[in-house]
Amino acid sequence: MIAIVDYDAGNLRSVQRACEHVGLDAEITMDPEVIRRADKLIFPGVGSAESAVDTLKHRGLDTAILEFFASGKPILGICLGLQIALEHSEEGDKECLGIVEGVCERFMFSDKMLKVPHIGWNEVRIVTAHPMLESIEDGDEFYFVHSYFAHPTSNANVFGQTTYGDRTFASVVSRDNFFATQFHLEKSGEKGLRLLSSFADWNGSC
Amino acid sequence: MLSKRIISCLDVRNGNLAKSVKFVDTKDIGDPVSKAKEYYDDGLDELVFYDITASSDDRNIMLDVVEAVAKQVYIPFSVGGGIRSVEDASKLLWAGAEKINVNSAAVQRPALIKECARAIGNQNTVLSMDILKVEIGREFPSGYEVVINGGRTRMGIDALTWALQGEELGAGELVVNSIDADGTREGYELNLTRMIAEAVSIPVIASGGAGKPEHLYDVLTEGQADAALVASMVHYNEYTVSELKKYLHDRGVKVRLRF
Repeated sequence: MIAIVDYDAGNLRSVQRACEHVGLDAEITMDPEVIRRADKLIFPGVGSAESAVDTLKHRGLDTAILEFFASGKPILGICLGLQIALEHSEEGDKECLGIVEGVCERFMFSDKMLKVPHIGWNEVRIVTAHPMLESIEDGDEFYFVHSYFAHPTSNANVFGQTTYGDRTFASVVSRDNFFATQFHLEKSGEKGLRLLSSFADWNGSC
Repeated sequence: MLSKRIISCLDVRNGNLAKSVKFVDTKDIGDPVSKAKEYYDDGLDELVFYDITASSDDRNIMLDVVEAVAKQVYIPFSVGGGIRSVEDASKLLWAGAEKINVNSAAVQRPALIKECARAIGNQNTVLSMDILKVEIGREFPSGYEVVINGGRTRMGIDALTWALQGEELGAGELVVNSIDADGTREGYELNLTRMIAEAVSIPVIASGGAGKPEHLYDVLTEGQADAALVASMVHYNEYTVSELKKYLHDRGVKVRLRF
């Protein structure tokens, strides 16, 4: 069973529906016990890092996610789920989970025609091979909606990059059994569904 | 580099697909779920459903349509029409919509934008504006006025002022719909679209008037729109979504071609 972490951050039903579509049994839960028992974990989310981290802590889900990571079982982070996995977010100046070393920064552009949030389809360039990325091609496009982006300390954690304006940011980040995308694979058409299928097959090693 | 988005707009009345000309004379033209799936398979970037059901008793039909679409279509889609509260918005999101569009109710009660943005996120709150060209003057410095109820009621509000206020209240995107261009198929209102796109720092979706592929090119370049809404030109099978994208790509506009 795959557990989808419920921390009031966005439309978890979309993620669950996409899972069902590719034949995955996924349960939306806020119960740390259900998370412990799960084979795989999806950590999705849209919204603000600030309130999300508070809700995670309030529900004891931060510890559950960190324990799950330590157990070596596969975790898939999506959007806010990636951002919160870093050590710190500029959004609300918030301490985050620290699964991956690095920080989350806000887009800043002098060109006013570069709109924030970064909304729409953009290319992901694969910079390092990863078993999860075997189902897609370099340069495939995915759907993004975000104002903040992940900035891992080490390039070793960056597997895909995307450019918006003059800013190139990490759009695919992984460390050991944690794999995360800045884009919404549940809203990225067949390419996104393919990544979700890859997650079904992935054993957490890279 | 970010691609320009092609978004198709489906007007739904009592669960059926409808298309209006200049917001009157609406006729039903098919099943919205199968149309949505057809466009999805042809590489459409996003969908918008406007519920134009007259009676509020029939609104639950829309939730069924949304559920059915969400099971087949894995691109973002938004729903508008008759959203008056956070509760209305939440129901649509739970049924499977990615975003909600507020329009008339937000003009009458601007706090609705703020409430929705807070409850479901700025990025999921789209402000859709119906706009009429008027004479430039003290009341309408931009030369455009906000109208509601499908264009029937003039509101005495300047369109540019309202766009900026909508952004301030927390809208994550703007749909700029020209009542004058809607249904004419003679091209988008470029002047209006560019004026708003240059003034706000959130994405602008151009709506109303698309009839030929070059209209999309014009509004995505000269008009500075981030996305173009298409309706009749694809609903009546005159053009396919992939043909439009191929055309734009050949003319140097970045669009998503591999899907």
